[in-house]
Amino acid sequence: MSVAETGAQAHHKEFQDREFGFWLYLMTDAIIFSLLFATYVVMSPNIASGPDTKSFFDLTHTAGETLLLLFSSVTFGFATLAAMAGHNSRTVLWLLVTIVLGLGFVAMELTEFIGMIDAGAGPDVSGSLSAFFTLVGTHGLHVSLGMVGICVMIGQILTKGLTTPVMSRLMRLGLFWHFLDIVWIGIFSVVYLPGIL
Amino acid sequence: MQQMRHADTHTHKAYLTGFILALILTAIPFGLVWTGALSASATLIIIVIAAVIQVLVHMYYFLHLNFVSTPKENLLALAFAALLIFIMVGGSIWIMFDLHNRMMG
Repeated sequence: MSVAETGAQAHHKEFQDREFGFWLYLMTDAIIFSLLFATYVVMSPNIASGPDTKSFFDLTHTAGETLLLLFSSVTFGFATLAAMAGHNSRTVLWLLVTIVLGLGFVAMELTEFIGMIDAGAGPDVSGSLSAFFTLVGTHGLHVSLGMVGICVMIGQILTKGLTTPVMSRLMRLGLFWHFLDIVWIGIFSVVYLPGIL
Repeated sequence: MQQMRHADTHTHKAYLTGFILALILTAIPFGLVWTGALSASATLIIIVIAAVIQVLVHMYYFLHLNFVSTPKENLLALAFAALLIFIMVGGSIWIMFDLHNRMMG
């Protein structure tokens, strides 16, 4: 009994340490994004006689992306709750819904990027566009990698079940996914809304 | 694992509350930009306020950050990151716009 208890405590400590390590990574990622935001704010007026970034923004398009990401945050939350309740298949189902929403988001972002590049507003045109593609593209890349993570997670749940290590990984992936939604709040508040305004 | 991670915000109700609050805090700035009801500067101020509140909503309801169950070192790391961001972002923007004014003005 006491051996099992100390074992559980050691497990708890280990996973708390891992979560702290992952949290430190997220904080450094937040600093990277903040500096990309600062770069965008400084660079956005420098259009080098090229097309204005803002003329390509579309409010309904951005609203659609925002909703997809927000919904995916909630569905990931539901996956976490299902996992905590020990329902394997329900967890996998919510994770699949999250991937579908994430794919929708990335597809919308790529559509916007391709449209801009086709119209002669690629990242090589001006400082303003370089900063835009770097900031928004880095976020899109994070979302894409997050979806790879979710796929791996689904594989682990299906093969290993909801064991303590798998739960711990799911929690950390959840932190990553919710963190990306927070970065997106910054993107639509700093890039899209003031741009359209 | 389950008991240890037990916190108030690990419930369907908490996620849905966070979702509805986030939805409202998104609808306000988008609506203002869409309708153009207020002046540009007033709209910008509301965009910033709504964004800050929404970040806090996400942190509390989705990242489950709070002053009770979140380990102290995690909060300390968050505060330190916020300080670094304030210095680096604030400093960069201050320096670059000051430079811009001196060269153009």
